[in-house]
Amino acid sequence: MKLHKLLKDYFWMIIFAVFLSGSSVFAFEPGTKIYGNFYLFFVEMISFLPLMFILVGLFDVWVPKEKIERHVGPESGIIGTFWVVVLATFQAGPLYGAFPVAYILSKKGASIRNIFIYLGAFSCIKIPMLAFEIGFVGLNFSILRSIISLPVFIIIGIIMEKIVGKDYKVNKV
Amino acid sequence: MQILIVTSAVCLLLSFAADKKKTLDGTMRGIKMFVNMLPALLTVLAMVSIFLYLVPDDTILKYLGRHSGPLGIAIAAIIGSVALIPGFIALPLAGIFLQKGIDYTVLAVFITTLMMVGFFTLPLEIKYFGKKAAVIRNILSFTGAVVIGILVGIFI
Repeated sequence: MKLHKLLKDYFWMIIFAVFLSGSSVFAFEPGTKIYGNFYLFFVEMISFLPLMFILVGLFDVWVPKEKIERHVGPESGIIGTFWVVVLATFQAGPLYGAFPVAYILSKKGASIRNIFIYLGAFSCIKIPMLAFEIGFVGLNFSILRSIISLPVFIIIGIIMEKIVGKDYKVNKV
Repeated sequence: MQILIVTSAVCLLLSFAADKKKTLDGTMRGIKMFVNMLPALLTVLAMVSIFLYLVPDDTILKYLGRHSGPLGIAIAAIIGSVALIPGFIALPLAGIFLQKGIDYTVLAVFITTLMMVGFFTLPLEIKYFGKKAAVIRNILSFTGAVVIGILVGIFI
């Protein structure tokens, strides 16, 4: 039964792998180019995500729920929002890396509003990415974009809380 | 990147020194979550790889440079939402296009939608947040990103 589930989970990946192997055997150019793209994304993912998950796991066993609930929970107000924004700005990587962190924050009692504000801050104002943006696009642009983004994703967090309700929980995947 | 490796190593060591069993438990939980996420994540990366072959990123950015005004904004917003170009590729390209005279508003809309909206990662997001929350978050983020882009264009 386990094998059956594995086959089902990886169905598309198996087809993809067969396609890539075939392409490399027959020197089929689109296939080799797609492999090049995939390799790039895969390296980006594998170089940070496993570590991020281990940190999430350690966070799970060490950090007591009361602490998170008190600091970023439903009663934490503006200070709680401040903390999730700070947490998000110190991270790096694509947005999908923020999903497991959102899950663990939700499990530990962070408010829904703060979880979606965290996602907004993660996508808009990560410091490592800001450094890149300042270097390539310019300081004025980056600062202006960050300052304008802040209220926008806070509003999005408030709207999300209204829509999904206060009892909403992020799933464990 | 190095920061993450150092942080993880320090956390693991401290945790291990404090409580071996707990550390093992936490690490296993993390690895298990990662393994569970892997099939969906790899499928997303495969889809984006195929998409990027069909529509290469320099083609994407060429389209951005062609139009300004509402049409330019609309094109930038749609491309930014579907593209999953990592920041370390997208931002240098954005810098090049800025020098070539691309409209600031168009560029800002592209960057903000690229960061905030994830069309291809939606299946993954749905697994964590459920269909309703994931779809609404993306719609709100899309709207928010366009607003941010336009405001940046006005004030710069």
